[in-house]
Amino acid sequence: MSSDSSNPATALESLDWGPAPEDAKAAQAWIESSGKNPCHFIGGEWIPSESAETFETRNPANGKVLRSLARGTATDVDKAVSSARSALEGWQQLGPSGRARHLYSLARGIQKESRLFAVIETLDNGKPIRETRDIDIPLVARHFYHHAGWARVLNASHPEGKPWGVCGQIIPWNFPLLMLAWKIAPALACGNTVVLKPAEWTSLSALFFAELCEKSGIPAGVVNIVTGAGETGSALVQHDDVDKIAFTGSTEVGRLIRESTAGSGKGLTLELGGKSPYVVFEDADLDSAVEGLVDAIWFNQGQVCCAGSRLLVQESIATEFHAKIEHRMKRLRVGNPLDKAIDIGAMVDGEHLSRVKAMCQTAIDEGLTCIQTDSDLPADGYWFPPTFFPEAPLSSEIATEEIFGPVLVSTTFRTPAEAVKIANHTRYGLAASVWSQDLDTALDIARKIKAGTVWVNGTNMFDASSGFGGMKESGFGREGGREGLRAYLRPSSSKTDTSTRPTRSQDLKAVEDLSLDRTAKLTIGGKQVRPDGGSSYAVQAPDGKTVGLASLANRKDVRNAVEACNKSSWSNMNGHGRAQVLWFIAENMEPGRDEFVRVLSEMTGKSEQEATSEFESAVETWTWWASWADKHDGLVHDTPWRGLVLAVHEPFGNAAVICPDEHPLLAFVSLCAPLLAAGNNVVAIPSEKSLAAVEMCRIIEHSDLPAGALNLLTGKSSELGPVLASHDDVDLIWSFVDPELTRSIEESASGNMKVCWTPDSPTDNSPEMLDRAVQVKNIWLPHGI
Amino acid sequence: MLNPGGDLDIDWVLSTRINRSAVERRAKTLTGRRSVKKGWQIGWLAHAIRCIDLTTLSGDDTPGTVKRLAAKAMRPVRRDILEAHGLPQDLHCGAICVYHNLIETAVSACKDSPVNVCSVSTGFPAGQIPHELKLEQIRSSIAEGAQEIDIVISRPLVLEGRWADLHEEIRSYREACGEAACLKTILATGELGDLRQVARASRVCLGAGADFIKTSTGKESVNATLPVALVMLRAIREHHQRSGYLAGFKPAGGIKTAKDSISFLMLVKEELGVESMQPNRFRIGASSLLADIERQLEFHATGRYSATHRHPMG
Repeated sequence: MSSDSSNPATALESLDWGPAPEDAKAAQAWIESSGKNPCHFIGGEWIPSESAETFETRNPANGKVLRSLARGTATDVDKAVSSARSALEGWQQLGPSGRARHLYSLARGIQKESRLFAVIETLDNGKPIRETRDIDIPLVARHFYHHAGWARVLNASHPEGKPWGVCGQIIPWNFPLLMLAWKIAPALACGNTVVLKPAEWTSLSALFFAELCEKSGIPAGVVNIVTGAGETGSALVQHDDVDKIAFTGSTEVGRLIRESTAGSGKGLTLELGGKSPYVVFEDADLDSAVEGLVDAIWFNQGQVCCAGSRLLVQESIATEFHAKIEHRMKRLRVGNPLDKAIDIGAMVDGEHLSRVKAMCQTAIDEGLTCIQTDSDLPADGYWFPPTFFPEAPLSSEIATEEIFGPVLVSTTFRTPAEAVKIANHTRYGLAASVWSQDLDTALDIARKIKAGTVWVNGTNMFDASSGFGGMKESGFGREGGREGLRAYLRPSSSKTDTSTRPTRSQDLKAVEDLSLDRTAKLTIGGKQVRPDGGSSYAVQAPDGKTVGLASLANRKDVRNAVEACNKSSWSNMNGHGRAQVLWFIAENMEPGRDEFVRVLSEMTGKSEQEATSEFESAVETWTWWASWADKHDGLVHDTPWRGLVLAVHEPFGNAAVICPDEHPLLAFVSLCAPLLAAGNNVVAIPSEKSLAAVEMCRIIEHSDLPAGALNLLTGKSSELGPVLASHDDVDLIWSFVDPELTRSIEESASGNMKVCWTPDSPTDNSPEMLDRAVQVKNIWLPHGI
Repeated sequence: MLNPGGDLDIDWVLSTRINRSAVERRAKTLTGRRSVKKGWQIGWLAHAIRCIDLTTLSGDDTPGTVKRLAAKAMRPVRRDILEAHGLPQDLHCGAICVYHNLIETAVSACKDSPVNVCSVSTGFPAGQIPHELKLEQIRSSIAEGAQEIDIVISRPLVLEGRWADLHEEIRSYREACGEAACLKTILATGELGDLRQVARASRVCLGAGADFIKTSTGKESVNATLPVALVMLRAIREHHQRSGYLAGFKPAGGIKTAKDSISFLMLVKEELGVESMQPNRFRIGASSLLADIERQLEFHATGRYSATHRHPMG
């Protein structure tokens, strides 16, 4: 460490860095004056907590109290939500151009106060001023500029788009202002109003932003900031008049939010944790890959949801690469985050620090080699040195759990296939980095890793034009870019009143008449199989007459169907291949026309003409989605980088479908076909009047659809739905069931964060269905020679 | 100790992988990650002066201009400014760098001073003369008293992928310099096509016995840049790890401001450490840089922004 004496002759000999502190006077003055009367920002006014309770926020670099904050109560949240509700109409009436001007003005305002924002953020969060000044704040301004543009062109870019209304937004402490921008900018651009709760450890930049809203003339109530801890967030999530919730934070809290919003009809997007792989191949630029690690895991003290925390390095270069990492770690400087030449600042809070320490200690106690730099850490405040576990077994906790600290773990791989296997062997799917100078290797691995963002030869690159968000238990929804807007627009014709949606009954008629000898079987893995439980139910016509028997599937049949999905080769087929199969299905229906019509009219009591019409619509639906199968193109985003950002559409994996009672054939086809067109495998529970769906599956059997791509389970949705919803290998669930079952399904879906959706109409073939059947992966491809 | 060099390790040379975007990102963010302020900045600027190869390489150079240059190199900063900062009065540049014809003048002007005489050689700047003449030029420059020889590599050897021939070329220069002179190899990076070629050429030169690798002649359209420097410094680091010999680095061409010189020093400190910042391992080839550093040093002493004419000419 350098001494503080500023003697040029000494510096000439030592060539030390010396201190380079940022001036914090203006920020401290604002903190002091604004803290005198801790308030929320509600309806354009500064209002103290209704309970008058406050709590303290500290500077993590010295542990000292910065100021007090109002503790938000349910009443405070209620006030904020009703302000947001009142402001909604006026905000929407401003129109695209008016809203664009406000967003533009916020962008300009952030730039004008950029230094103050940066210093406040560093004081409150502990991250180096270099990061707030050069990364966070510029990205915040860029986000508002970019979304000012979206606001302006929204009518043209999303002619059907309608805002959700009042959005409740809860953000984390690791990028306080940036996460605020990611939440507020798209919400406002789409015509929503917001109530935002910043993290309790880092609320100051949000309050300073509220002052900026005030100064910029954002209409009162459009942006409301309520400070507080978990219970404040919980009040916001549970508020009946909030239309949409957006949350960024831990998977643990995300799960609670998923559970507590279950069945409420609220829109929901969650950006959660990760344990992102950082894959280095032997043909990578190794020095650059080491430097990338600095930005991956030693950026923001490793407190980054998408931190490249899991290093996977090819065995042939592992020794050399590990040596390079150790060498590089020694030059990292830990210390006062206000110093402009510091790489690693303070951990956000003592509580969090203890957790990180404990996780590392456990690994050390297990006998793992731990490399830490012998940094001279400051006495006060919360500090943790750069840490590296070079040989962390894949089975160790340190290699599987999110640490959220400057802790890197490494494992080796032998082949590209093994790299992919290890990379994907995780509950998370937020981000990944792939390092190779070989284009084939880099692109192939980028396509195969399941993650919302993959950086090729880079890491932690963000831009407003490119969607960020996770797969699997890292959450759902995207922030940024065209795909991010979808989170703030209500599905095209959505009604708030879910009770008008078509649903299905839950009770089935037991078999009484055993004289019927033909029982429709289940379809699992491309075969007609008998149900595990060996039971059937009677499919009845409206007049109560039994028209046939259907198999009664149970939880084991669900298990088997999902196993069959996992073995299916459907998702490996390209769009053209999928289109051919779906066309062929439509073609093969024709010869069965009479049987379909007979079954449909018998089951539903509809006329032959009506049944024929449903049959024909079903055929048309197959050809419609067959046609789309190779046309749902991705995008190339226009980011301010030299490179391409490819927004690729990828299937979720395994989808579950619970069909409504109406249109037993058409609804089944309308829900399964777009999912199949997008490359998903499907487990479908057809209408209780399932004989037409069974007939459909018999035809599909002879239509070249790979085994396991479409599985049919007839039976009780009330029994099978929750089993599917709580199956961790099902990634998506589309259901038409009663509100109580919807709630139960959405609650169980929180287990692996599967995406739940009820289309407005099961049969309208809206192109949105295809958007809902895929998730967007952004692949960043910087280039240059 | 000079770099003895050795046999060509073609596998090492060809195994280079350079990702330009990542290299540029590192170079671009470096100046935001590091900063030297106040007394440290003054100390670093004084150090930059110690590392300057004060250069004049023009068709109209005369013994008169070279004598002036030598005098400036020996006493680069006004006495009162050094005093104000408590810096040593014997602060001087690393060397003066001249064409062959002016070596004699330079040697006589720098006699008894710690300032070395450096001469550009081997058909500088294009290197398009017969190999024998290049060797002859090196020998006669040394005979006239040059302590440092800046050679230019034959760019066609790089562009044609003739790495063994390039290795032989540098070996012969090493031999010609012997123990008598420090061999600096100019890669003319602006003419090599891409960063990977820069890395390969660096590895060949280092393996063949270059004491320094240098970016540019100052005559190419693109001269010393931070990304190029980063690639060359990483080659030096690898060569050091493999051979035990820590070679020097000389960015040249286009470094005109005090801030530029600090950026290069910061990069060297970050990638290689303080040892590689010393004048025996780091030089900056420049002619106008000194004037800007002088103005900065005066500003730090007086708080007033300085003008060029307040500082003695070279």
